[in-house]
Amino acid sequence: MASQLPRPVIPTLVALSLLGGWEWYVRSGRVSEVLFPAPSHVLEWFWEALLSGELLAATWVTMRRLITGFAIGAALGVPLGALCARVRWVRDTLGVLALGLQTLPSVCWVPLALLWFGIREEAVLFVVVMGTLWAVVLAVQESVLNVPPLYLRAAQTMGSNGWHLWSRVILPAALPGVLSGMKQGWAFAWRSLMAAEIFVVIVTGFGLGSLLNAGRELLRMDQVMGVMAVVMIVGLLADLIFFSPIESWLRRSRGLER
Amino acid sequence: MGNRSETSPASAALTLRNVTKRFDGASGQVTALEDITLDVREGEFLAVVGPSGCGKSTLLSLLAGLEHTNEGEIKLGDQPVEAPGRDRLVMFQQDALFPWLNVLENVLFGLRLKPDLTEAERLESARYYLNLVGLGSKEKARPHELSGGMRQRVALARSLAPNPRVLLMDEPFSALDALTREQLYGDLQEIFTKRKKTIVLVTHNIREAVCLGDRVVLFSPNPGRVQQVFDVNLPRPRRLNDPALANLAAEVTSALSPRLAR
Repeated sequence: MASQLPRPVIPTLVALSLLGGWEWYVRSGRVSEVLFPAPSHVLEWFWEALLSGELLAATWVTMRRLITGFAIGAALGVPLGALCARVRWVRDTLGVLALGLQTLPSVCWVPLALLWFGIREEAVLFVVVMGTLWAVVLAVQESVLNVPPLYLRAAQTMGSNGWHLWSRVILPAALPGVLSGMKQGWAFAWRSLMAAEIFVVIVTGFGLGSLLNAGRELLRMDQVMGVMAVVMIVGLLADLIFFSPIESWLRRSRGLER
Repeated sequence: MGNRSETSPASAALTLRNVTKRFDGASGQVTALEDITLDVREGEFLAVVGPSGCGKSTLLSLLAGLEHTNEGEIKLGDQPVEAPGRDRLVMFQQDALFPWLNVLENVLFGLRLKPDLTEAERLESARYYLNLVGLGSKEKARPHELSGGMRQRVALARSLAPNPRVLLMDEPFSALDALTREQLYGDLQEIFTKRKKTIVLVTHNIREAVCLGDRVVLFSPNPGRVQQVFDVNLPRPRRLNDPALANLAAEVTSALSPRLAR
């Protein structure tokens, strides 16, 4: 029976009944609307925030920070990771440091960042960069070390070496691993940025995290939940629109999957 | 033994003089090759055959410049071989095609490292060799879309296209099925006859060595040494099932392992 229905039918039904149950539960008055707003209220807030431009402005501020921080982290991470793979003592020092720092949630950098940069854009960027950088360094290091030696031997006998070998063989061969490192770095950056925006009111821009925190201060849980949903959707979209297509194209074009 | 193959240096493409190669193994030093003296003549197809562990793959790495000798000297013409170079291209056991490039781009890879060619000349050359190996219609395909035999053909085209002085082949047919292998023996002999390339083929397959080589050099293991050199004076193209070829292969086999001789 179930197997004859189109695949999205069951998930849609489940989601709708969950939302409906939630709506009904809140409206029945068994729980305070202030603590636990109904989905319709969250949607209402979403609509208002969208129309007033508040939501888009905040999303834009957050995305700008995220993309800038991520780009800096990735731009630094790729050469550093390559250096780690290439030079043994760099791997034994920077590589090990990266391993340690990667386990550190980058929100831990917030106090230092505020002290070093002040309550400014740079502080947020620093936290985002710290979230991205080490994941990228480690992924690049790993994937460069895992490039099949056969490729290198073949390229070398054809006269490739130095920069040519790096740009035409090692990096392309390592690309799938580098990309999944970037994806991980992106996820870390996203988390650290939210934490930074919630903890610190950055005067230079009002991002999604700040919007969520404002909701907390105004005791508007519809806003808090609405922002949570937006954060989730933006994260999903980044994956669906950007990373997943590149990744699957890369894998398909190399015959790693159908 | 082996001295009867010595030729004057003038006609030799590759000369090896007292070459010894040792590796650091888990249980001390291992001598992979000991005191190898050998000439590869210009335009000759030399097949090196021997059981596993006889150092024949090491020999090829030395010729390619991917490894260095401990003792002795290897020369290409009158230049010592010290590093990899375009004048000696290698075909490996696995095809080593780059999965991020299509067939044509793979063949162009080596050609693009030759600065003296124009892009149009490179394209022309790449297409010529792809046609030579019968894959002219597959230039846009990715390596993973091809069969193992086709991939090795692309690898052959890639090695031939930059027009190296010597082609080094490291058991390039061993991972292929018998039918594809025989087809490639035919292709390779045709190309060899047409282009008169100097080729060194390393293999553990005696029939293959006799089918392809102008001379067959038999290596003995532990440490790798030249045991005997056989001249193969059979007309080309040779067929694997040719009785004369089978007889010679049996002769090589019995030299390798007298107990196997009938």
